[in-house]
Amino acid sequence: MAEVSLTGVSKSFGEDIALADVSLTIPDGSFVVLLGPTGAGKTTTLRMVSGLDTPDAGRIEIAGRDMAALTPAQRDVAMVFQQYSLYPHLSVRQNLEFPLKSPILKTPQAQIDAKVGAVAEVLQISHKLDNKATALSGGEMQRVSIGRALVRDPQVYLMDEPLSSLDAKLRADLRVELKSIQADSGATMLYVTHDQIEAMTMATHVGVLDEGRLIQFGTPREIYENPVSIYAASRLGQPRMNVLPADVFGGAPQGAASIGLRPEHIQQGEGEDSLVKRVERLGDQTRLHLVFKDHDLITVTDAHTDLKDGDTVKIRPVSPHYFDAAGARVA
Amino acid sequence: MSFSVTEPTNGTKWFAGLLVVAYAIITLVPLLWIIATGFKSPTDSIAYPPVVVFEPTLEGYVNLFTDRTRATDDMIEAAGPPETWYDEIARSRGTVITGPSRYGERFLNSVIIGFGSTFLCMVLGTAAAYAFSRFRVPLKDDLLFFILSTRMMPPIAVSIPIFLMFRNLGLNDTHLGMILLYTAVNLSLSVWLLKGFIDEIPMEYEEAALIDGYTRFQAFYKVVLPQAATGIASTAIFCLIFAWNEYAFAVLLTSGTAQTAPPFIPNIIGVNGKDWPAVAAGATIFLVPVMVFTVLLRKHLLRGITFGAVRK
Ligand SMILES: Nc1ncnc2c1ncn2[C@@H]1O[C@H](COP(=O)(O)OP(=O)(O)OP(=O)(O)O)[C@@H](O)[C@H]1O
Ligand SMILES: [Mg+2]
Repeated sequence: MAEVSLTGVSKSFGEDIALADVSLTIPDGSFVVLLGPTGAGKTTTLRMVSGLDTPDAGRIEIAGRDMAALTPAQRDVAMVFQQYSLYPHLSVRQNLEFPLKSPILKTPQAQIDAKVGAVAEVLQISHKLDNKATALSGGEMQRVSIGRALVRDPQVYLMDEPLSSLDAKLRADLRVELKSIQADSGATMLYVTHDQIEAMTMATHVGVLDEGRLIQFGTPREIYENPVSIYAASRLGQPRMNVLPADVFGGAPQGAASIGLRPEHIQQGEGEDSLVKRVERLGDQTRLHLVFKDHDLITVTDAHTDLKDGDTVKIRPVSPHYFDAAGARVA
Repeated sequence: MSFSVTEPTNGTKWFAGLLVVAYAIITLVPLLWIIATGFKSPTDSIAYPPVVVFEPTLEGYVNLFTDRTRATDDMIEAAGPPETWYDEIARSRGTVITGPSRYGERFLNSVIIGFGSTFLCMVLGTAAAYAFSRFRVPLKDDLLFFILSTRMMPPIAVSIPIFLMFRNLGLNDTHLGMILLYTAVNLSLSVWLLKGFIDEIPMEYEEAALIDGYTRFQAFYKVVLPQAATGIASTAIFCLIFAWNEYAFAVLLTSGTAQTAPPFIPNIIGVNGKDWPAVAAGATIFLVPVMVFTVLLRKHLLRGITFGAVRK
């Protein structure tokens, strides 16, 4: 229920630059996914917003208020840590009650019980409520730490790879649940993940970080269809965008050094010959590993294709992306 | 035959077991000897060769807790029949009890000073260790070294200045004085040990509590303290053992009101000749509080020691 804005935020740890001049406005009620490889500064961004770390420079506002002087408790944010930090001396139930019993919230016990019960239900941990927090599997611990955020009704949720150690089915369930909880509460969400499906299905906005810089910020669709660089383009899309020298097909624009081809940029059956190296059937999708003029390419074809290894298929680019030598988009 | 890194071979187990048993015997025999001597008669206690099987008597304990005076048979006759079992024991040796000894008082002093200084040491030590572990303290490393350096000479080496200081401050022979002194001596080691334990507690726990709406102090109290319990307990045992057994300062700085048991026990020797059973009885009773304290916290102590051992 609040807009979050970062203005020129920088943070270094000694020589390490964790964030470099990041400016970002997260609209009220939006679900923002931060993408980026390890060390890109995703966790650091969340810690800045939560108040656990203070920026070296720049300004952080939540709902229009400068946060500089406020403690984490005063910021009204809930956070799920990357290393699930359950209080090991408490039971699962006590862990979930902990934020509600804080001197700031002082929730009545009846309300606590109702809330904890409901959240445990959603996260499928009701049967473990009386376990010690240490007597849980990794996935269960992770769900309890999500629960500790969900029992509250904060202005902003901060979640650092909250679904990373869950199995595929649970992850799919919780994706839907988290999204609907966030949408219902209207809270703003900042969410870190490496999982593209999470990014594509949950996000209203995606921020792409690289080495502490914000490369691109926009809707998942914008980033997918209109990436500013090779780097941003390769964050989204399965299989990943193929990057080849710009001139392999001819017709490259001025200054282009490489061509980026997503599967939908590759029309099959027309153009020049390529060799089918491998046919990978994934059930709903069939991937073709092609060799085109000594370059490897991966694309998608009809799920029931008759193509097999060693066949030849003609391909032709259709409105692909072009990038310059530094990786920036030129067309 | 296969070797495993985790499971020792039978030979190793036997050897280790043998070592443990031998070590236990070496440490326990003198202790058992003292306990046994407490129940011997004075004659048995100095018999040579030493007697292992003897008729137990509570005479040592009676002598420890009472003051007695030598009496002639006529005087004993005149006093009438003995009223209590300890009267009877005293009279069988030709003495009558004139009143309680001061052992009880001394023992109580030991309890007050030992546990008082341990408690104070834990409060101050935990607070200081937490600050050193978590906050950016200016000159942190120098301060830590300085704190430890106070233990680089035996505390008794500074006994004269302490004696003079105590006299000027009116702390001589007071409980408060002894509590402050033992706390000061123990504090450096406590800060170091406790800092090690607190360093091991991941910062994320407190951070989570801060975000959950708690202040730093509440996070410390509700999250850090319960997890540091092991370290605090094992450090407390070390502090208590030192304060409990300390002899030199107790002799120097206490006499009447605040004297602890260690300087008192050897005094018994002087009163009515060499009363070894009474000395042994005093030592045996003196062991009990530390033993109880250690047994109560032994789970923590063991974990504390291994916990410290696996630190990087
Ligand atoms: N407390 C710290 N002390 C020193 N360096 C740090 C600290 N926290 C982060 N860094 C550095 O800042 C950079 C960004 O770290 P951050 O944790 O934000 O990465 P991340 O994007 O969350 O990565 P991951 O996906 O691995 O979690 C890294 O180079 C890291 O080494
Ligand atoms: Mg991270």
